Amino acid sequence: MNAPAHEAVQAVQSADPPMRPPPMLQTGIVGWLRANLFSSWISTAVTLALAYLLVRYAIAFVDWAFINAVWSVPGQDTSACRAVEGSGACWALITEKHRFILFGTYPYDEHWRPALCCVIFVGLYLISANKRFWRRELALIWLVSLGAIGVLLWGGILGLTYVEQERWGGLVITLVLATFGIAFAFPLAIVLALGRRSTSLPAVRALCVVYIELIRGVPLISLLFMASVMFPLFLPEGLNIDKLLRAQVAIILFAAAYLAEVIRGGLQAIPRGQYEAAEALGLSYWKKTGLIVLPQALRLVIPPMVNNFIGLFKDTSLVLIIGIFDLLNAAKTSIIEPAWQGFGVEAYIKVSIIYFVFCYAMSKYSQRLEAELNPGRRR
Amino acid sequence: MNFFKTLAVGAFIAASVSGAALAQQATFEAVRARGILNCGVNTGLAGFAAPDSQGNWRGLDVDMCRAVAAAIFGDASKVRYIPTTAQQRFTALQSGEVDMLARNTTWTFQRDVQLGFDFVGINFYDGQGFMVKRSANVSSARELNGATICVQPGTTTELNLADWGRANNIRFTPVVIERLEEVNAAYFAGRCDALTTDVSGLASVRASRAGEANQHVILPEVISKEPLGPAVRHGDNRFADIVRWSLNAMIEAEELGLTSANIESKLSERNPSIQRFVGATGDFGRMLGLDNRWAFNIIKQVGNYGESFERNVTPLGIQRGPNRLWTQGGLMYSPPLR
Repeated sequence: MNAPAHEAVQAVQSADPPMRPPPMLQTGIVGWLRANLFSSWISTAVTLALAYLLVRYAIAFVDWAFINAVWSVPGQDTSACRAVEGSGACWALITEKHRFILFGTYPYDEHWRPALCCVIFVGLYLISANKRFWRRELALIWLVSLGAIGVLLWGGILGLTYVEQERWGGLVITLVLATFGIAFAFPLAIVLALGRRSTSLPAVRALCVVYIELIRGVPLISLLFMASVMFPLFLPEGLNIDKLLRAQVAIILFAAAYLAEVIRGGLQAIPRGQYEAAEALGLSYWKKTGLIVLPQALRLVIPPMVNNFIGLFKDTSLVLIIGIFDLLNAAKTSIIEPAWQGFGVEAYIKVSIIYFVFCYAMSKYSQRLEAELNPGRRR
Repeated sequence: MNFFKTLAVGAFIAASVSGAALAQQATFEAVRARGILNCGVNTGLAGFAAPDSQGNWRGLDVDMCRAVAAAIFGDASKVRYIPTTAQQRFTALQSGEVDMLARNTTWTFQRDVQLGFDFVGINFYDGQGFMVKRSANVSSARELNGATICVQPGTTTELNLADWGRANNIRFTPVVIERLEEVNAAYFAGRCDALTTDVSGLASVRASRAGEANQHVILPEVISKEPLGPAVRHGDNRFADIVRWSLNAMIEAEELGLTSANIESKLSERNPSIQRFVGATGDFGRMLGLDNRWAFNIIKQVGNYGESFERNVTPLGIQRGPNRLWTQGGLMYSPPLR
């Protein structure tokens, strides 16, 4: 009885048709195209229309940016650029002015100094981004590097000629404002967020609330105006606080108020049990906050925090309204000379690439950091 | 670092309070002690003050700063240019952040009297005008009745336009656009029949359109007075004198035919005016508290007014017009140096 049953099973099994590949039209690139781009006649029409526009504008852009472009002109004679205006890019502007856009009015022969500063800044970012260097020594590295940057920019010692702050400009100003802005706003924001959540110190709490709401209630541009136009009037005559420093302080105060609310969001997301457990262990307030609460809270708010950092990086360009030559303002100034008027697009493209590189790097890094620090929360 | 030095020290503030009253009276001494002139300039205006590709400031106003530095230090390069925006400029001068403003600032009653400044002269006579397309066949601003006119808001330009329309019974539709480049773009795109701003601005906008420059006409009417000149703080007469006579020296030099190229050879000229000018006789520098070769230094290092104008403003396509010497039918006139 056993044998026939066994044979029957075998028969059924052998009757199973051999595996055939799915139809050609359902797999691979063709299948993907059919499923996503040509699934119905509407979809096909939209695809074709968009493809047409894409190709057309891509060709127009390539024509403009590469084929018809003018890469250099003799001296200040931009007639070659004028001849192709509208149909070709005038990269000669960048060839002629790239050092001005990057370094502003910094003395031309000393451009290596701000250039080196930019390199140091980027190096600092890279080192700080690497978890292996998250030790106490990092603070020392920062102090030394920032000192070196200060020496390089100001000069006046070590055989470097003195360069007054008014002459600094371009990328280095943007990096200085953004780096110091983030570096000082971050701790200030933590203090503000903790202060706002404090239950035992009502005065501190009220102060933090007033500060945050006041600063958040006004636009950054008005703070910068206050710092540059109103503030000097309150100072005794003869005392002048550096314009850049005033703008820097305004940016720090502004960024801190926003960051504080982001961090407070993180603090509120920590379950009550964590606080209680920490208290049960007998930890003091600062130990509880520093060891248990903050590490968890900050981890949670990495995305909104980086959002703020990226916003701050670009907000620094607002200093142009108080006459500081940051990267964007230097680009705008580069097209003021009569010979170069009207080639704004080229200058803006260059600047937007630089901004994009920095902001995209920040964004990418934050994604990695999030994944590394929150393995338990990955979905 | 400077950053923290300035921030922290309260004692520093106390010390400078006592110094402040002095600074008010004696900008000249302060400049001399500092060894560099703080000059407020535009953040970037072609022909008046703008950095070139090497980051060096150039322009008519910049030459004004250089002239004052040449007079005080005998070295035109001893200037710290402080770019100021339209809103900042007066605060910067009031608070002492800059010693003088050479920032295409219109000399008006209020600024002179109420804000506490002294305008020491005029280095550019400007005025508001109109530009139209040649094809429109308009030859006078009075024919603009019913036209649309592109104008920037919030400036005296907009007010002047309204005043002028009311006074001359001309109706028009203003197209108000905030940014200068956008106003210009709107005009060239044909959104309005006419563009109005200072004549110097119109000329430079037209010049920037190399291909179609001759298709636009600047109408002869000038509907406002915009005398631009350097300003110093009120009540500091010594320094005001130096700035005033630095400008006058540049104008006088053009009248005398002295240029940066030939002044060296004119040192021995018999002409008594030139003898006084170069400091060979008269002791005028000493009277200003300067070296007797102050004017010689200005012309040698910066050039006379005409040279400065040609170097900076002419490339914008702006004619000398009212900025010619009085001997040539213009308004540039220096009181005699004697």
